[in-house]
Amino acid sequence: MDDTILEMRRITKTFPGVTALEDVTLSVRRGEIHAICGENGAGKSTLMKVLSGVHPTGSYDGEILFDGKPVQFRGIRDSEANGIVIIHQELALVPYLSIAENIFLGNERRGRGGLIDWNRANAEAAQLLESVGLHENPVTPVIQLGVGKQQLVEIAKALSKKVRLLILDEPTAALNDIDSAHLLDLLRALRDQGITCIMISHKLNEITAIADSTTVIRDGHTVETLDMLADEVTQQRIIRGMVGRDIDSFYPDRESSPGEEVLRIEDWTVRHPVQDRMVVEGVGLSVRAGEVVGIAGLMGAGRTELAMSVFGRSYGRDISGRLFVRGREVHARTVAEAIDNGIAYVTEDRKRYGLNLIDDVRRNVSAAALDRLSRLGWVNGNEEIKVAESSRREMNIRTTSVMAVVGKLSGGNQQKVVLSKWLFTDPDVLILDEPTRGIDVGAKYEIYTIINRLVAAGKAVIVISSELPELLGMCDRIYTLAAGRITGEMPVGEATQESLMELMTKDKELVG
Amino acid sequence: MTSIKTPSTERPTPSDSTPAAALHTGTSDLRALVLNNLRQSGIYVALVVIVALFALLTDGVLLSPGNITNIVLQYSYILVLAIGMVILIIGGHIDLSVGSVVALTGAVSAVLVIQQGHPWWIGVVAALVVGVAVGAWHGFWVAYAGIPAFIVTLAGMLLFRGLTLQVLDNISLSPFPAEYQKVAAGFLNGLLGGNGFDAFTLLIGALAVAGYAVSGFRTRVARIRYQQPVESFPLFVARVVAVGAVIMYFAWQLAHARGLPIVLIILAALVLVYGLLTRRTVFGRQVYAIGGNLSAAALSGVKVRTVNFWMFVNMGFLAAVAGVIYSSRSNGAQPAAGNMFELDAIAAAFIGGAAVTGGVGTVVGAMVGGLIMAVMSNGMQLMGVDQSTQSVVKGLVLLVAVAFDVYNKRRAGSAR
Repeated sequence: MDDTILEMRRITKTFPGVTALEDVTLSVRRGEIHAICGENGAGKSTLMKVLSGVHPTGSYDGEILFDGKPVQFRGIRDSEANGIVIIHQELALVPYLSIAENIFLGNERRGRGGLIDWNRANAEAAQLLESVGLHENPVTPVIQLGVGKQQLVEIAKALSKKVRLLILDEPTAALNDIDSAHLLDLLRALRDQGITCIMISHKLNEITAIADSTTVIRDGHTVETLDMLADEVTQQRIIRGMVGRDIDSFYPDRESSPGEEVLRIEDWTVRHPVQDRMVVEGVGLSVRAGEVVGIAGLMGAGRTELAMSVFGRSYGRDISGRLFVRGREVHARTVAEAIDNGIAYVTEDRKRYGLNLIDDVRRNVSAAALDRLSRLGWVNGNEEIKVAESSRREMNIRTTSVMAVVGKLSGGNQQKVVLSKWLFTDPDVLILDEPTRGIDVGAKYEIYTIINRLVAAGKAVIVISSELPELLGMCDRIYTLAAGRITGEMPVGEATQESLMELMTKDKELVG
Repeated sequence: MTSIKTPSTERPTPSDSTPAAALHTGTSDLRALVLNNLRQSGIYVALVVIVALFALLTDGVLLSPGNITNIVLQYSYILVLAIGMVILIIGGHIDLSVGSVVALTGAVSAVLVIQQGHPWWIGVVAALVVGVAVGAWHGFWVAYAGIPAFIVTLAGMLLFRGLTLQVLDNISLSPFPAEYQKVAAGFLNGLLGGNGFDAFTLLIGALAVAGYAVSGFRTRVARIRYQQPVESFPLFVARVVAVGAVIMYFAWQLAHARGLPIVLIILAALVLVYGLLTRRTVFGRQVYAIGGNLSAAALSGVKVRTVNFWMFVNMGFLAAVAGVIYSSRSNGAQPAAGNMFELDAIAAAFIGGAAVTGGVGTVVGAMVGGLIMAVMSNGMQLMGVDQSTQSVVKGLVLLVAVAFDVYNKRRAGSAR
């Protein structure tokens, strides 16, 4: 069991002005699942880039031993030749190519005369798909698959390269619970076949469920490596390593005292923008001032679609139903009208829909409510900076200046910028779509604290989340959504993960 | 780094937030300032180097009073086009039709004024109306029909060139009456007299410097009041003096030639107005937001279609202004007028630091980019360099400028 496949010794990697890694050591045993955790910016991804040759040899100090031999990777091809394959958080598949074409991209199965032998490629792809438990035709374009299945294609691609050490960066970040569970099962199966896995993850419950050992990284240093089998390692124990001390509770306490109703929708129905099907059907829900209402649903249940259609009809067509804000019916046909009516929607995909990544913090914060800073079309730039500065203070956005480009901030800080932007519109209702996706534990806690502060100030908050513990920890009341319909509503006191999951999957069979 | 706080504990000030009060002292670190703004300052440096180079190669002829006047007259319409073009490029679009629109607006004006004998200002107004209509046409297809600007304006390039030929009935028209010619070839001279030079031009130059200094100072005061970082006072003075010296030298040279060209007044007014429009207005912000991230802008309540539409209307308007200037300068309308102007305008915008992907660029940058092209062309003409070599050099400069920009971005991206 003490057979070490990989040893990284005293790895130090500096960027101009920043030391990303300092004297990091990592030792991975053959055939284990080794989790790496740490907050965003702790250096996990940098370490993996060093390992996979993205940061080539010479650009860092320290040595890497693979199979007991020192190795020097000049690029990702070198590491792949040794059987080290990394699967990035943002999947690197070409959407319009088929599964087989993607699997063998850059590694084509050549036949006579150097031409690609498609029969062989497709047959091999079918075998690989079988081994990852994906039942799809290899000629299917990748774009037709969901994120979960795309993840499996990535793993099949890794297998095609005769992978011996598979590195997964946040493999389940974009997956729903069922797909996540499937992926974890697959990782176990791969381990049994002798493939070593390194998994970077924020989801501590997954780590405790699957990992054999866990290395915790903090601020570019190795904190500790925990043997998950020998000791009784709890999530709290890992968190202590990540943040340096215990946190009393994952979710901050809050006094709940809902006031009058702020937003109500009745019989809300939305058709898919191009396909002929209903995405949201006959949904009714309400939220009161000082209340956090959760929407639980699997991927594809219509959560985001519901939220965006309410937010100025920014999704779907043939939208019908009635929308009331503070008891008054409103017809918000554009995003601008929705904002004017006090509705704010914080997107689940901040990089694509939430931020102008090439612009600075200041202008991102002001983007949704420039009219509050302008007179007759002229923006008061100084006032704008003042607003951004106060957001930075109140939200604890870690940046050297409000003039810093948003794209360079960490995920948690970017999320705080998006929140600042919407708070500056002074909304009555905030719809938060996956507000803590892809951000570290510390920043999550800060986001929860911010939500509580908003609720205390009388705002109404709707939280959409894939993480049931988050909903149970934050909400006063939870609706479940399945196949575009509300399948249940309960106060948080009566809800459990099991009861919610049952309602979330309820309509699936019925409709599907 | 991140620390976890229980709700009861006070939120500490982040350690990296410098107290705003400390920023008053400002920074005198010129090197840091230059490096931080390499993207912008790079092109200024390039312009200075190119001017110096050609001044040397032409034994100072480049900077002679007569030649400076020439550069202004010769390239003003490209600079006008570059203003509209850089705004479109910031918004993530492009306009390939401006050369044809320059021709069409000039042709309409020529037909009215030369053929039909209407007064000169009727021609100008008609040209502007046609330009705005063309812009609205493009704007409709891009903003409301959702056709990419590249296609719409490529079609426009053919369409409006064809219309130009029809309007002109395939022949050239000339000459314009003297009043019309004044737009591009006219000078304000001798209004205040002077001894061998035009005092009025110097006065305008001095007013421009004073305006620059006062507005700079007011901005500085406002920024200090809002507790924001400013450059140190000596550096501020040095900047004003340097810019002032350049403007006064320029005015001095013009004053010793034919005086203040009217096109320069038009151009200066446009640069001022559009500089403010892009930096200080809601509309300008929305253009940057759309170019930076279209979806995020739409979900922030920006009326994307409206903004796109007006960007194109504006380009049509500026193309018409350029059309009037060009027809006035060439004293007539020709079927082939304005050919390839779009490429010069696009090159000016990109040399001036606009990003191919949108969301980045400035009006002033595009002007500097246009001037780099202008000085190079003019310098090479003075040296008697072959037309073909000129083309090769200009092509390489465009490529190097964008390559530098891409390199710069990659460097910035990996720095943190």
